[in-house]
Amino acid sequence: MKRSWSMILVVAVPYLWLAAFFLVPFLIVLKISLSQTALAQPPYLPVLDLAAGWRGLRGFVTALSLEGYALLFSDPLYLFSYLKSLAIGAGATAILLLLGFPLAYALARTPQPAQGVLLVLVVLPFWTSFLIRIYAWMNILQRDGLLNGALQALGVVDAPIPWLATDAAVMIGLVYSYLPFMVLPLYASLQKMDTALLEAAADLGAPAWKTFWLVTVPLARPGIVAGSLLCFIPIVGEFVIPDLLGGSQSLMIGQTLWIEFFGNKDWPVASALAVALLAVLLVPIVLYQRQQMRALEGGR
Amino acid sequence: MQGRLTRVNLAALAIGLAFLYLPIAILVIYSFNDSRLVGVWGGWSLRWYRDLLGNQAMLDAAWASLRVAVLSASIATVLGTLAALALVRAGRFAGRTAFVAMIYAPLVMPEVITGLSLLLLFVAINIDRGFWTVVIAHATLTLCFVTVVVQARLLDFDRSLEEAATDLGCPPWRVFMTITLPLIAPAVVAAWMLAFTLSLDDLVIASFTSGPGATTLPIRIYSEVRLGVKPEINAVCTIMIAVVASVLIVASLLSKLTVASRTQRSA
Amino acid sequence: MVRFEDVSKRFGATAAVDRLSLDIFPGEFFALLGPSGCGKTTLLRMLAGFETPDEGRILLDGSDIAAVPPHRRPVNMMFQSYALFPHLTVAGNIAFGLRQEGLPKTEIAERVGAMMALLQLGRLGERRPDQLSGGQRQRVALARSLVKRPRVLLLDEPMAALDRKLREETQFELMDLQARLGLTFVIVTHDQEEAMKVADRIGVMNHGRLVQVALPEEIYEKPNSRWVADFIGDVNLIEGRVTVADADGVVVEAAEGIRFQADATDGAKTGETVWVALRPEKIAIASITDGKRADALYGEVLEIGYRGDVSVYKVRLDNGLVMKAAAANTMRRVAQPFGCNDRVVLSWARDAVAVLTR
Repeated sequence: MKRSWSMILVVAVPYLWLAAFFLVPFLIVLKISLSQTALAQPPYLPVLDLAAGWRGLRGFVTALSLEGYALLFSDPLYLFSYLKSLAIGAGATAILLLLGFPLAYALARTPQPAQGVLLVLVVLPFWTSFLIRIYAWMNILQRDGLLNGALQALGVVDAPIPWLATDAAVMIGLVYSYLPFMVLPLYASLQKMDTALLEAAADLGAPAWKTFWLVTVPLARPGIVAGSLLCFIPIVGEFVIPDLLGGSQSLMIGQTLWIEFFGNKDWPVASALAVALLAVLLVPIVLYQRQQMRALEGGR
Repeated sequence: MQGRLTRVNLAALAIGLAFLYLPIAILVIYSFNDSRLVGVWGGWSLRWYRDLLGNQAMLDAAWASLRVAVLSASIATVLGTLAALALVRAGRFAGRTAFVAMIYAPLVMPEVITGLSLLLLFVAINIDRGFWTVVIAHATLTLCFVTVVVQARLLDFDRSLEEAATDLGCPPWRVFMTITLPLIAPAVVAAWMLAFTLSLDDLVIASFTSGPGATTLPIRIYSEVRLGVKPEINAVCTIMIAVVASVLIVASLLSKLTVASRTQRSA
Repeated sequence: MVRFEDVSKRFGATAAVDRLSLDIFPGEFFALLGPSGCGKTTLLRMLAGFETPDEGRILLDGSDIAAVPPHRRPVNMMFQSYALFPHLTVAGNIAFGLRQEGLPKTEIAERVGAMMALLQLGRLGERRPDQLSGGQRQRVALARSLVKRPRVLLLDEPMAALDRKLREETQFELMDLQARLGLTFVIVTHDQEEAMKVADRIGVMNHGRLVQVALPEEIYEKPNSRWVADFIGDVNLIEGRVTVADADGVVVEAAEGIRFQADATDGAKTGETVWVALRPEKIAIASITDGKRADALYGEVLEIGYRGDVSVYKVRLDNGLVMKAAAANTMRRVAQPFGCNDRVVLSWARDAVAVLTR
């Protein structure tokens, strides 16, 4: 069929929107990351003066600097921030996988009307505000909160444990918030699995644990990959959870960026941080995209 | 895959659901706590809800959030549905790979990056930050979620239905309105609701892109929560949970009712 | 009525339809028959306007329809999946096409009612497609495309989803309907029995080309190639060399030394390699009772395929050739007349032998 005008419009409108509000902003971030801080409005130099034409452009290019990036590498604080984010992202993803797999597996094996209801129950918290869910944990984890109250009442501890402002609290918050993102892709791939495969494996002499390891896990691989990436990538750049539940002595990269931007008003460094974060996450993001495309369009 | 519920599976489900729901349940219960101290139970009371009614800043923020969510979700639904159509129906076109990348990247992109880049765009083109910049930012982010939801439905769609309509004399645009749109409507509605809640939920991107006079509810709550747990916030959160829950219940009832009325009419 | 002139359609490197020409006459029930992937559905979809030919012209009533978009073509299609609109009722589905023409409401109601009566859809008007049985859905799809009174009705495997019994009933209904309405029907099918039963003429397709266009009887009894003979029905194909070819007939000698006599055949020249096609039901099978006959072949039963109404016997002749012979089970008995390893004699009439040159 020939491409009609309406089809061109269907492609062009969202394309242009995304280009304008997703792609162009990144180029701007890239540009500002190469600029220098200035006591001005906007607080960076140089500003591209398109009215000056070619001369303006050349003046602009020569004024670019790598100062922001140099700072990133010279100050161990930033490097530490990246490493910590990656470590927390990997740790949280591993815990999510360990918790999410049994849950998704049990869900997929539940007989039908109950399975639908349970699925809704797992997804439902996702619809409530994520800020609220973190706040709920603040209620529980604070010094005179319920967890300490319960522990003291049971006589496990004598004095309240400072849960809040620790990495443990951040981990709890992350696992709690991202659990549905792990469970859903896992469930989707487990649910598609034919129970006859498990029966066939048993029939061919594989014990239950071997069947699980040799049949269930390999078939759930797309779900494992999708779920892990869906959790890992945003967790590395997470801001709210470490900010509310974590301590102030060691920051994750999202917090560092936030402080550079809002606190220190150092836009070039904040931009450089963002570019560097994106560079770190580029490989997992591309992996995730390819995985999604295969899942959605491969079946055709 | 289906089967029996073994004891292990049952335990996994019970623990998982308890983990998901207990914190929310505690928050709801403590919103009715009479005591100002969060760890102490002082008996049932509605005083924090009463206080809330007098908190004009909080009410303004809620109103701003609602307007942002409705507007951005509507824009995102239109654009996202178009994008889904482009992906499924337009075949190969120049720059399709870039298009796909721009659809899927925001789904996992850390919010601080998206927020920062949009803010820098608004600064670069000299737009004052406020209500509309938040709407645009939220529409951009949520349109990708809309696209994914609608795209999944379109991929399931039986193309011969559209061919049949064409064959029966229906011009292309009317095929879309009378056949395609009604059949993908459930996905479009679900996508709108997803976009709406995502917008209502967002703190980071809104913080970057909003300006004076456009404080959304999450921004308001966040600024209070940073200073510690407060009973009023428990009450606000409980109301938000109730709103979202009732929207979900109404939506599912509506879809059940339409199904029921269809069966009834034809019986 | 419909004319295809040197029409080609390629998908990538493969030609779905390859320089095909065909005439379909008014009031005819025409069947396009072929294995899956032979291009028959593509041909139909080009006529409906869903595919555009890469080369050639398609004429409807003498005028080229290339420029007419599918929704303006006076042909209607019944889809293999039926493509009933799930959000519309039965009546809504049938009325859909008439609404596109902007007809007055009363006329639409009248024509929909008449069509529903014709197809015995009486009280189903308010049902939704998912509340219908397979047979009912099929009828709604038929009603929906017929109510537009198309110049040509296109049917894409219309009975593929029905079970055998229902399919046979529907085939007769379809023939009856076509005769009553006097419309031109073009059916696409891979089911040779169906094509032979319903169609006035059959076009056998393979690899995007028409292999043979003829009456059903001709396709069956006078296939023009080994491929057609083999595709339609059961056949014994035996390679041989022409030893005699004159006005009185042809003699073909097969490798195993059997000689087949046949009526004179076009194109069969002495010394050429040809193929003898012999339908199993035209071979008589009998037990050996009297002495040897010169024109008969003796052998041993290898296998018996019991089908109820007929039995097919695989017989190994004494010279090594294996042939199939079918016998109608005219007697009601459980014991079969011949068993495995029984000695039998096969014979056939001279005019049962078809000699194929390609």
